[in-house]
Amino acid sequence: MSSIRVRAQLKDGVTQVRTLISHPMETGQRTGSDGKKIPAHYITQVQARVGDRHVLTAHWGPGISRNPYLSFEFEGASAGDILSLSWVDNKGESDSTQVEIA
Amino acid sequence: MNSKRRVLLKGTLAAGTVGVAVGAGVLTPRNVLAETRGAFQEGSMDEILKTALGSDRHEAGHVRVEAPNIAENGAVVPVTVESDLDGVTEIAILAAANSTPLTSRYELGEGTRPKISTRIKMGETSDIVAVVKSGDGLYSGRKEVKVTVGGCGG
Repeated sequence: MSSIRVRAQLKDGVTQVRTLISHPMETGQRTGSDGKKIPAHYITQVQARVGDRHVLTAHWGPGISRNPYLSFEFEGASAGDILSLSWVDNKGESDSTQVEIA
Repeated sequence: MNSKRRVLLKGTLAAGTVGVAVGAGVLTPRNVLAETRGAFQEGSMDEILKTALGSDRHEAGHVRVEAPNIAENGAVVPVTVESDLDGVTEIAILAAANSTPLTSRYELGEGTRPKISTRIKMGETSDIVAVVKSGDGLYSGRKEVKVTVGGCGG
């Protein structure tokens, strides 16, 4: 199952994108129950594209909350266009998904 | 003036802003990455802004920060940043009192509206500061959030 849940809705020429990503966004500052520091594990970059068009790149640090939420809006897309969303984290893990703009 | 800026933006964004800089030999991809990551560290707001957006000089105005007055849980503070400016290419969101103040930075493609919502962690009561880049100028807005239980440590 994808770690990314995303909806892209077109209204009056503006596409509103709302996304939730499952990710611990661990800062590296917290101490676990064993008394050891929990290693940092957080998403560093999220990219949104429609075809080869760059819509948004988000650069994140550990100051973004666990299971991150992100919403943004853009113009110029049509219903049926495919929005691609991808993320990569500080451990090199990544995920991506696609959604049809409705 | 505005239309000229639009044309310039179109040209650079078509090739990819970073692509142009790399092509011109100004920046290597490694430098770009290092610069971006370098802003996510401890430091004063001014130092962080210089690294993240290239300057610490910003004018107050044209940027609205929407967040709760009181956040009971500093681990999850919803924030929306919105600007009434045209041609916004970047947005940075900072929590002033966090040990690493920069929470996130956004590069907007052409046609992407200057409006971003996310949820950030706040270690203690402070201002959320948002700085947007439009043309060569930086503009900022801020809002104080009182944090009951900090959301950064353990």
